[in-house]
Amino acid sequence: MTGHIEPIVGRYVHVAIDGEMHRIYFEESGAGIPLVCLHTAGSDGRQWRHLLADEEFSKQFRIIAFDMPWHGKSNPPASWTGEEYRLTTARYTATIRAFCRALGLEKPVVMGCSIGGRIVLNLAIDHAREFRALIGLEAADFQAPWYDTSWLHRPDVHGGEVCAALVSGLIAPQSPDVSRRETLWAYMQGGPGVFKGDLYFYRVDGDLRGRMGKIDTGLCPLYLLTGEYDFSCSPEDTRRTAASIDGANVTIMEQLGHFPMSENPGQFRRYIAPVLSEILEQSMISTKQGAHV
Amino acid sequence: MSALQENACLKRMTPSPDACDAAVIKAFAGIPGLLEQTPALVARGRALDCECLLGPHDHPFHASIRGGRIVDLTPAPVLMRSWRFSYRATSAAWSAYWEPAPRPGWHDLLALTKREEACLEGDLYPFMTHLQYFKDVLALPRRHGSAVPA
Repeated sequence: MTGHIEPIVGRYVHVAIDGEMHRIYFEESGAGIPLVCLHTAGSDGRQWRHLLADEEFSKQFRIIAFDMPWHGKSNPPASWTGEEYRLTTARYTATIRAFCRALGLEKPVVMGCSIGGRIVLNLAIDHAREFRALIGLEAADFQAPWYDTSWLHRPDVHGGEVCAALVSGLIAPQSPDVSRRETLWAYMQGGPGVFKGDLYFYRVDGDLRGRMGKIDTGLCPLYLLTGEYDFSCSPEDTRRTAASIDGANVTIMEQLGHFPMSENPGQFRRYIAPVLSEILEQSMISTKQGAHV
Repeated sequence: MSALQENACLKRMTPSPDACDAAVIKAFAGIPGLLEQTPALVARGRALDCECLLGPHDHPFHASIRGGRIVDLTPAPVLMRSWRFSYRATSAAWSAYWEPAPRPGWHDLLALTKREEACLEGDLYPFMTHLQYFKDVLALPRRHGSAVPA
């Protein structure tokens, strides 16, 4: 055998979400503290492949990225008969918690980007005790809409082309062309109406304004990192959100946009490495004190 | 379009010096030629036939696109000439958009509309069905290093 085989392993786990079984595809690598990664709206877990393949991080973390139902290799559930897909706050939260339970993850770290960053805030509000730390990339309690999502799903417009073209502007101009194309390729492959359905959570159902004061970072540390070129969830959106959260750690990432982990993995690594180091250090201290197993 | 909408669209637009306006108009006039040198981009617009109004807000051009080529680019106004959609931005916005590494918030056509430095109006169907095409066509002066004072 001469081909290079990556350390990433992909499998399916059967997960009951709101009483219905879902076949969820996930990829993982490494061993140690569970680190569950949430992809952006309309994309899938491939966005995390560079983090999953990181030799240093995988020595200390069991890095896991799963495809949400309707995304990537996680099909819609058997009960779906073609009705419009709409992600809600409750459904998204239930999916993440059910996935973590199904894998038996104990106090995982959850890192989500975009809609994943938004739901991380909801996890911090309602379920902080279940998590070791929470990381929101491109996260805010709300952000102003900048286009009409009806363009994303109509029979006379190519969904893949318009989804990719819309989000292409959220990638920093400094990001390598090959990574830009790969990031957009996932958007070109999404199922019809799935990106739009995810944005129902982002735009309509998941407005968390006024709830940030409920976050207790003493129960679960919260890190917020936002790319300077993200004009959808802008640095100002993240700073405004963090201003209502005592103890939130905010980092504005230079030369990155809305998809830091996939649009420029090397640049993103510079920012996420110290966060993961800090979580690891805190976890070791807590283990010595008997707080975590 | 109503006066109210016009005002809402323009409220944050950045004024620019005359030299900038002239340079942006000149750079804009060069876009059809740059497009001809980019056959892959022409090919992406192969299904596009459209009349549109593009350019600096106060000095836009009527563009006639046929099969992805800009076959005519004429300074507006032209008596009774219609257009399907328009994308107009301040000269400051165009010069910022064409910088080799544009600043955050000035790097994308829809970032410019969000920050109210540009207006997108009319029937958006041809624009949205060819969104990446228009982003790339209107970025051609960046790629070709057209000198436009900021």
